[in-house]
Amino acid sequence: MRFIHSGTTRRRAAFAALATSTALVLSACGGGAASEGGGSEGGSGSDGEQTVTFIPKQLNNPYTDVVLGGGEDGASEAGFASSEVVGPLDASASSQVSFINAETQRGTNVIVIAANDPDAVGPALEEARTAGAKIVAFDSDTNPDYRDVFVSQVDAKDVALIQLELISEQIGGEGEIAILSATANATNQNEWIKYMEEELAANPDYAGIELVAKVYGDDDDTKSFQEAQGLLQAYPDLKGIISPTTVGIAATGRYLSTSEYKGKVALTGLGLPNEMRPFVKDGTVTEFALWDPAQLGYVAAFAGKALADGDITGEPGDTFEAGELGEREIGEGGIVLVGPPTQFNAENIDDYDF
Amino acid sequence: MSLDSRHAAPAQPAAHPTSSPLGSFLRLRELPVILALVLLVAVTAAINPLFLSEQGVKDLLLNATILMILAVGQTLVIITRNIDLSVGSILGLVAFGTGSVFVAAPGLPIILVFLIGIAFGAVLGAVNGLLITIAKVPALVITLGTLYIFRGINNAWAGGTQYFAGDRPEAFGNLSVDTVLGFPVITLIAVVVVAIVAVYMLGTRPGRDLYAIGSEPEAAKLFGIPVTRRVLLAFVVNGALAGLAGVLYASRFNSVGATTGSGLELDVVAAAVVGGVAIFGGSGTVVGAAIGALLLTTITSALTALRVDKFWQQAIVGILILAAVVIDRIAGVRAARKLRIAEARNV
Repeated sequence: MRFIHSGTTRRRAAFAALATSTALVLSACGGGAASEGGGSEGGSGSDGEQTVTFIPKQLNNPYTDVVLGGGEDGASEAGFASSEVVGPLDASASSQVSFINAETQRGTNVIVIAANDPDAVGPALEEARTAGAKIVAFDSDTNPDYRDVFVSQVDAKDVALIQLELISEQIGGEGEIAILSATANATNQNEWIKYMEEELAANPDYAGIELVAKVYGDDDDTKSFQEAQGLLQAYPDLKGIISPTTVGIAATGRYLSTSEYKGKVALTGLGLPNEMRPFVKDGTVTEFALWDPAQLGYVAAFAGKALADGDITGEPGDTFEAGELGEREIGEGGIVLVGPPTQFNAENIDDYDF
Repeated sequence: MSLDSRHAAPAQPAAHPTSSPLGSFLRLRELPVILALVLLVAVTAAINPLFLSEQGVKDLLLNATILMILAVGQTLVIITRNIDLSVGSILGLVAFGTGSVFVAAPGLPIILVFLIGIAFGAVLGAVNGLLITIAKVPALVITLGTLYIFRGINNAWAGGTQYFAGDRPEAFGNLSVDTVLGFPVITLIAVVVVAIVAVYMLGTRPGRDLYAIGSEPEAAKLFGIPVTRRVLLAFVVNGALAGLAGVLYASRFNSVGATTGSGLELDVVAAAVVGGVAIFGGSGTVVGAAIGALLLTTITSALTALRVDKFWQQAIVGILILAAVVIDRIAGVRAARKLRIAEARNV
């Protein structure tokens, strides 16, 4: 009896070990990646049915989810046979490359990508184009050599200027400000920051404003939180913070609202209304801005369809229909604009739900 | 706070009974890390006085709180010659779970939410412990696996959903805002945890057993120590503490979601090692690990307050780890030599 018993124990132990190692192997495969099916699985474009795949900067990011929701709507309205979302769980420079390679091998017709790094994804995108795929960059551009068109939220300069206007208004036109951005090599944020710096230097209205620091929270809640803390400690005279990223502005809002700086240090930038609502209501934040992220994905899907059909080539002057948003024209440098940014404050924030 | 608990800290259990109080203080394993911490704070405050302002001190303590609790739990596991790499994922699951609980049942008493979080963490810790003790696979491999499994579950559960501070009762968020005698409430919770576990490790039979198991597992078994049960206990307690840390995370930070707490595990192990916990088990104290956690988070804050480039920070943490290991090694060699001399005299 005892022998039998110990035998089963041993077998059970062996099974547990086996199960564990299987789980390990499985998890090792899925560790850095995940995919969300949207529409039918698989599908090469060989039978005339076109497929589109969205590769965001990172999955499970609330802003990205809104963008992708619009993208999936756009893809089905534009007539793609299937659309899918794949991407890394962390927004690092090289993490998107393996996903691009996989899409190339599957023969996906259109790849819509928001680049974590404009150049790191280059060689992989080149390969995809050689294999016949059309590349649409959205949200965050790649190097223009590697894509057909770039669907931009709004004019980069407008985004930069509106944030400067907001902060200038909130700090009364003078004082020290700082920028809390996403990663140090994020294409879109860096472009906005560049325009902000140029405008600060050139516009006499901003002569009293001094940009004292640029810090990077890597779109990580904890890191952004500590960066905000560090800014206020390192610059005791700081009057305001611009955070041109939804994760950064929310983390900074949380820190300010729980510290003695609440209401004393202004905060503005680009944020999601749902995430920022408590900080607007409790007086930490007066006003911030954002475009409708869903439209971004929506227009990108239609641009991809027009490219895949051969209706446009990505040359400036080409036009295509973007569903219910009407006709869009490709501008200088292959850039398609989506729409003007919206400003959110205590009066209108409850009208938005994203 | 750590300075207070330092005095209550036990001298190294192996300390010679004949040594003077000063001598045993100088031989204290935690001494290097305490000195480093004092030096760091003094230098930073001298350059930027704001570092020790009321808000500055509060931030320092708040930053250390969560890592401190995790480091204490990790120490229990490391002392038994194991390791738990899944704590970041456990924290993430519990933090998201806490957010979900408050959304599903907004009226739930906060204390009950704490208990749910701690129990949830303990269950996840028990999964680790059972796999390790039953399957007899090294903890490094098992917990590396559960790191990804727990994170995967979190990703599948949360998807893109995030819960924000606004979704939770204000009283819950205020735990990380309100202070008692200058100490944030959640930091006081952490100090109490450190004290309880420190006493347990120093003064109880199961606590001493953990050291014995880590020193020499075979001998511990022959001696009649229930090794399996004790190791399982260490993992369950570690999981419960990671669960507590997860609840506190949800109190302190704005959003909890799929990626909450990723990458935290190595910070936790680093804090324990810097705090004098030997990675091969058998020695180190939870107080040391807690001070190690305080040192690591203070370095981050100090470098920002001094406007030093962020990229240096990781290098400095690395140097500290190496220093801790070297100090440990020197202490070991000296102890061995002393033993040899003592034996030679006896002959």
